[in-house]
Amino acid sequence: MSAQFMPQFMQYLLSGLTVGAIYALVALGFSIIFNASHVINFAQGEFVMIGGMATVSLSAAEVPLGLAIPLAVAAVVLVGLALEKFAVEPARGASVITLIIITIGASIFLRGLATLVWDKQLHVLKAFSGDAPIAVAGATLLPQSLWVFGITLAIVLALSWFFGRTLLGKAMLATSHNRLAAQLVGINVRHVLLLSYGMSAALGAIAGILIAPISFTTYDVGVMLGLKGFAAAILGGLGSGVGAVVGGIVLGVAESMSAGYVSSAYKDAIALVITLAVLFFMPSGLFGKRGGERV
Amino acid sequence: MMLEVQGLASRYGRIPALKGVDIQVRQGELVALVGANGAGKTTLLRALSGVQPVSAGRVLFEGRDITAAAPDKRVRLGIVQVPEGRQVFAPLTVEDNLRLGAYLRSKSQAAQTCERVYAMFPVLKSKRREAAGMLSGGQQQMLAIGRALMAEPRLLLLDEPSMGLAPRLVEEIFACVCALKEASTTIFLVDQNARAALAVADRAYVLETGRVVLTGSGAELMENEQVKEAYLGL
Ligand SMILES: Nc1ncnc2c1ncn2[C@@H]1O[C@H](COP(=O)(O)OP(=O)(O)O)[C@@H](O)[C@H]1O
Ligand SMILES: [Mg+2]
Repeated sequence: MSAQFMPQFMQYLLSGLTVGAIYALVALGFSIIFNASHVINFAQGEFVMIGGMATVSLSAAEVPLGLAIPLAVAAVVLVGLALEKFAVEPARGASVITLIIITIGASIFLRGLATLVWDKQLHVLKAFSGDAPIAVAGATLLPQSLWVFGITLAIVLALSWFFGRTLLGKAMLATSHNRLAAQLVGINVRHVLLLSYGMSAALGAIAGILIAPISFTTYDVGVMLGLKGFAAAILGGLGSGVGAVVGGIVLGVAESMSAGYVSSAYKDAIALVITLAVLFFMPSGLFGKRGGERV
Repeated sequence: MMLEVQGLASRYGRIPALKGVDIQVRQGELVALVGANGAGKTTLLRALSGVQPVSAGRVLFEGRDITAAAPDKRVRLGIVQVPEGRQVFAPLTVEDNLRLGAYLRSKSQAAQTCERVYAMFPVLKSKRREAAGMLSGGQQQMLAIGRALMAEPRLLLLDEPSMGLAPRLVEEIFACVCALKEASTTIFLVDQNARAALAVADRAYVLETGRVVLTGSGAELMENEQVKEAYLGL
């Protein structure tokens, strides 16, 4: 074993954890909408893309990041609410498959819209606090990775407080477990659905903004990130909050290791292989509704 | 009149389940609805709670037309249902199930009512941190009733509260229904156990394939030959 092993391994691990945290945020977005409606929202990746693109253009217009980021998140939340209100809600009562097709249509529409509002170029956002690398056990860590870890951790804690401690969070869980009973206790399940789209949109936007300084952002960046987030959600067990986080991290690290030790050519295939393997051998994922609590 | 159902019709796709039902419930009454499996009892209760579409007719609550009101609005007015099959939030704790029953009420109001529910069903208090899905059938029924009481119902709709329970538990549930009536809750009770339901009811309706075919006081219907033959197995 070469002396290079540990630093190299650390390097792959750190970059895997960074991307994995992003996948986890996207996966959480999938899970929240899935729990509220059993729909897989294929426009989740477009939330990610719009979050990144909006921040890039606000930032280019000299808006400070501290303002550009909340504005971009708010814009994406509005897109998410509009998607529910004008595309999903009118199809109330339609089958889950129909609703999924609606979200696929919405994702194509949003990508098209993005090429009109912006362009098809690659954009890059400057890092939140510089590019000076930090040395960690022989490997280097970009300050942006610390932002990714910190914000992802904060979001995970906030979500577990929301679903575990607040009445509204419990009402969302109750709706996902038994919609009829939720209605009978006076929960407005249409508001729950709207809220779930708003929350998922915010999660997607934050993921897109966090990763924009690390990789390029462009009108179709959401396609791949959406697929990766979906794979992570499937791996963890669709609908499970813990599963989304674990699934994201595992996928990110697996990709990074295989790119480092095998070949970067196979990196994107990992997600596909994991998705298919889980669907064949373990359809409820690592933390699916068989056991543990679903968020 | 507290509840007035006029010519109510409802259908599943093209198949009618209710074909013009008229029912009245006065303040403080315990009214029973009996009928065979598939008669439309559950459909009627769901329509009253606003979770089942209505194709004709009206529902008036204290003179107010609520036919088109959303389910949460009806809960706010005091129309609360204990659904068939209990429908507890299985993975959530007993305590959370009860708190959600008071979803539209404040935390302090909920805490007060919760004490009363625990006093009524002490077993729920001892299991308050357990997942509702882990309770026995009888305990889940108590939880479903407790959850409905958390909303401070003015009109309580009970759909088959004794279904699938052992005789001793059936007795317990009916004793609880009588206690609620004594505490001046208006109750509309559906039960397959027609004998027990008619025994506690002030008045009753008999539903057959979506139509009301008989009505009278509980005692009258108990003596009715048709009822005896069809529902009391005499
Ligand atoms: N979800 C449903 N879809 C189609 N038909 C239904 C559905 N639920 C009930 N029905 C039909 O409506 C009729 C009334 O059912 P229901 O109200 O459940 O009767 P009850 O509660 O008196 O047993 C029955 O013929 C039943 O088969
Ligand atoms: Mg029934």
